Amino acid sequence: MDKELANGRIVAAQGNLMTVEFDGIIRQNEVVFVHTGSEKLKGEVIEVNGNEAKVQVFELTNGIKLNDEVSFTGDLLFVELGPGLLKNVYDGLQNPLEEVAQEKGYFLPRGVYLNALPRAIKWDFTPIAKKGDVVEKGDFLGSVPEGVIDHKIMVPFQFQGKGTILEIKKKGNYTVEEEIAKIKDEDGKIHSVNMIQKWPAKFPLRLGERVLPIEKLSTACRIIDGPFPVAKGGTFCTPGPFGAGKTVLQHQISKYAEIEVVIVVACGERAGEVVELLREFPHLDDPKTGKKLMDRTCIICNTSSMPVAARESSVYVGVTIAEYYRQMGADTLLLADSTSRWAQALREMSGRLEEIPGEEAFPAYLASRISEFYERAGVIKLKTGKTASLTIGGSVSPAGGNFEEPVTQSTLAVVGCFLGLSRSRSDARRFPAIDPLISWSKYLDRFSEYGKVDNATVIKKAQKFIHEGDEIGKKMSVVGEEGIQIDDIVVYLKGEFYDSVFLQQNAFDKVDTATNEIRQKEQLSIIKMVLDKEFVFEERDEARSFFLNLTDKVIQWNYTSMDDKTYSEKKNEIIGMIEG
Amino acid sequence: MVKTYNRIERIKGSIAQVQADGVKLGELAQIKTKDGRTTLAEVISFDHNKVNLQVYSGTKGVSTGDQIRFLGRPMKVPFGSSLLGRVFSGSGTPIDNGPEVLENQIDIGGPSFNPSRRIIPRRMVKTNIPMIDMFNTLVISQKIPIFSIPGEPYNELLARIASQTDADIIVLGGMGLKFDDYQYFKNYFSKSGAIEKTTMFIHLASDPVVECVLVPDLALAVAEQFAIQNKNVLCLLTDMTAFSDALKEIAISMERVPSNRGYPGSLYSDLAARYEKAVDIDGSGSITVITVTTMPGDDVTHPVPDNTGYITEGQFYLHGGKIDPFGSLSRLKQQVMGKVTRKDHSDLANAMIRLYADAKKARDRESMGFRLSAWDKKLLKYSYEFESKMMDLGVNLDIEEQLNLGWTILSECFDRNETGLKAEWLDKYGKWDK
Repeated sequence: MDKELANGRIVAAQGNLMTVEFDGIIRQNEVVFVHTGSEKLKGEVIEVNGNEAKVQVFELTNGIKLNDEVSFTGDLLFVELGPGLLKNVYDGLQNPLEEVAQEKGYFLPRGVYLNALPRAIKWDFTPIAKKGDVVEKGDFLGSVPEGVIDHKIMVPFQFQGKGTILEIKKKGNYTVEEEIAKIKDEDGKIHSVNMIQKWPAKFPLRLGERVLPIEKLSTACRIIDGPFPVAKGGTFCTPGPFGAGKTVLQHQISKYAEIEVVIVVACGERAGEVVELLREFPHLDDPKTGKKLMDRTCIICNTSSMPVAARESSVYVGVTIAEYYRQMGADTLLLADSTSRWAQALREMSGRLEEIPGEEAFPAYLASRISEFYERAGVIKLKTGKTASLTIGGSVSPAGGNFEEPVTQSTLAVVGCFLGLSRSRSDARRFPAIDPLISWSKYLDRFSEYGKVDNATVIKKAQKFIHEGDEIGKKMSVVGEEGIQIDDIVVYLKGEFYDSVFLQQNAFDKVDTATNEIRQKEQLSIIKMVLDKEFVFEERDEARSFFLNLTDKVIQWNYTSMDDKTYSEKKNEIIGMIEG
Repeated sequence: MVKTYNRIERIKGSIAQVQADGVKLGELAQIKTKDGRTTLAEVISFDHNKVNLQVYSGTKGVSTGDQIRFLGRPMKVPFGSSLLGRVFSGSGTPIDNGPEVLENQIDIGGPSFNPSRRIIPRRMVKTNIPMIDMFNTLVISQKIPIFSIPGEPYNELLARIASQTDADIIVLGGMGLKFDDYQYFKNYFSKSGAIEKTTMFIHLASDPVVECVLVPDLALAVAEQFAIQNKNVLCLLTDMTAFSDALKEIAISMERVPSNRGYPGSLYSDLAARYEKAVDIDGSGSITVITVTTMPGDDVTHPVPDNTGYITEGQFYLHGGKIDPFGSLSRLKQQVMGKVTRKDHSDLANAMIRLYADAKKARDRESMGFRLSAWDKKLLKYSYEFESKMMDLGVNLDIEEQLNLGWTILSECFDRNETGLKAEWLDKYGKWDK
């Protein structure tokens, strides 16, 4: 079945784009190695024309010369899947960065490709299937504990048709490369199966029926969980200008989201930000499992100074790993920071290919690539009846902070939730700087339709106050406070109150930084009281000082742990104040 | 083996094309012109045996019959302690009438630092400038631009930082520098003695555009070597907008599709590859990068400052000859404020900025002719004190002295209970009579 692999030689080169003359059969997107000096550089076929192929090399291309040999691998760019992915840090080609550092020191030399999964670790394997079972791709053969995850070992995803298990290993310790089962396929061919799976990164990995996402993903971030919730298996994006706190928000979500596996793709952003994750996560506790946050996290990091072509693949590597964990039944979350850098990588390559440019020189296929990517999110129903989800959140870095640009617009067209960060909110130190006037979520209505949330009415009412309050605020800045009816001022103050005590959240306070669902419910009940109550004030100043006082009380309450004995006391005091 | 060719087939922009065999991407070639000049050129692409060379000094006057020698090696820069006190051009040749340096040649534009080997930076860079040290503390390995507009004293500020800092080595990269500015740097460094620990790579505004693009790479390659040798290096690059414009000019002449206002689509990556050289090497030296980005039309959404903002760790705004305390931000300052520096640092700095913001409003009220309250008058006094003693770029004080000065100003302008500062600090550092 193995076809002869093609061979080729370099005939032209510009930047990281090579023209290769080849003989034999090659595939679009096939992985190749360019042999230059003693190094072999990984690349990918991106265009074929007659006996010439265009290849983008994932590394610096200095030193490549005419007639350098090119070997084709027959494989597409694949991701290595199996136990040992979590806690790991990879580059955009799934090189484990820690191991690279151990071998090569401080810098990232080119042409180094190490095994993604640790080969030496022995995993404690427990069989699930037994000899004689008839299985198909994706069925569970057994499981190994990996940190917090019961990591399922599955029938290879490439396995065609039904197969019969001839042999399966007993409970015991095995490395990823050791055979754990023998499966006979319908043609009588016998397949040796170990714990390593390979999957081409650019193809969605999805076995099972897709179902509508209707469960809410708790992020412990109030402005998200309240007015702009995200569904497990849904998609969201966080565009914002520089300095608005996109990365801080993504870090917050990666820390506190109630989810089993988190994949962080640091794509073309600052290396310093990844370092914070790398150095902090091994020490932070996961409140749910008591283990360390790193135990549920896998980081793909192709920072801004790393090769641009590998930046494009980093996003796909990340999403494939996330899909793999979903396939074993886990709720997973993929955070990509930032998808704009990924789009820019597409743009650079498109420019070298001399394709006809679209808006702002982005390629015409930008929108379809973005939607393909976000469509890999979703909830699937596994054969076992269990549902599992993959949620995708991407940050967007629009040029000049202007949301009219192509990446933001293409993203908005496909996501279910838009969390727009604005400069005016971050300048006013209202964090997280998600702007409640422009953000939206399609999931809030769906959740109430399926009876998954009961706070939609109060949330919507509060949002009305935010919008009306904003209008009144604008008027006030023109005509002054004297020109505004006292009733309107109260509406404005109610909106401000809701903004200050609920939408804003202090990431530096150890209590306020994360608010669970139960607590959010209590906070909303207070907010509902305030919004519903018809306050009567004689003077504007009286109204203002009442709300100032109330806001301060509620914020102090927000800073109080629910275990603290003054918690209820403070709450009752607030209620007393509202009731007058 | 050195190969020589005598026929240039195509000349366009800064690109010359020759037919040659076996040349490598990035390889250096030497072009000898009819009038006896020699210039360097770099292989940027080839198609079969047609090789495109980017000529560092431009193709002006290059003839089709000029001699081309391929050197078989990429662009390198010499490195060693003998670089200190010296000035080089954008192609690495001395321009200070000193001897050629031929010490160990190192590659430029080397590989990226492994993110898994980075550490959270926790060391401070002292500049002795209050608006930096006290309010937006600079941290080792930080990359930060000075956003400014032409006409502002940004080069003076850089020179001052270089002369006052406690960094071991200064590497200055000048791009599109006016001759006057270059002389200013030279004289200033000679006078302050900083020249002893400084290496300069200078591209003057009249020099060929390709050399402008090389300056940051040369400067950062040298900085990186010093950092590996356990030195704390401060790398100053001015002006990154000139660098970006040079990139634009070259990209357009090569018929690349422009993305935004004519800049190449790779602008972000091009800038990031340079800025990301900033690093704190665990157990060794470091590189801190301060650049100047002039904003055309004072527009921060212009592609150069905009892309820069996404890359760097904060920014200093230089307006009206002063570092603006409001827009300026050092994203790493909390790593050292009150941790490496004195405990009261963070609270004191915040209080002073808050009061200055209030004082600004009082100034507005004053200029609009409103009646001023007693509190307004206090604020006004404070604002003048703050501006003359803290914001003036001429101030040269150690951080400890800066903090003490802060307390003195507060004590002179306000009552003890008006500052909103913790009693603990008031007792310990306040200058009020007990």
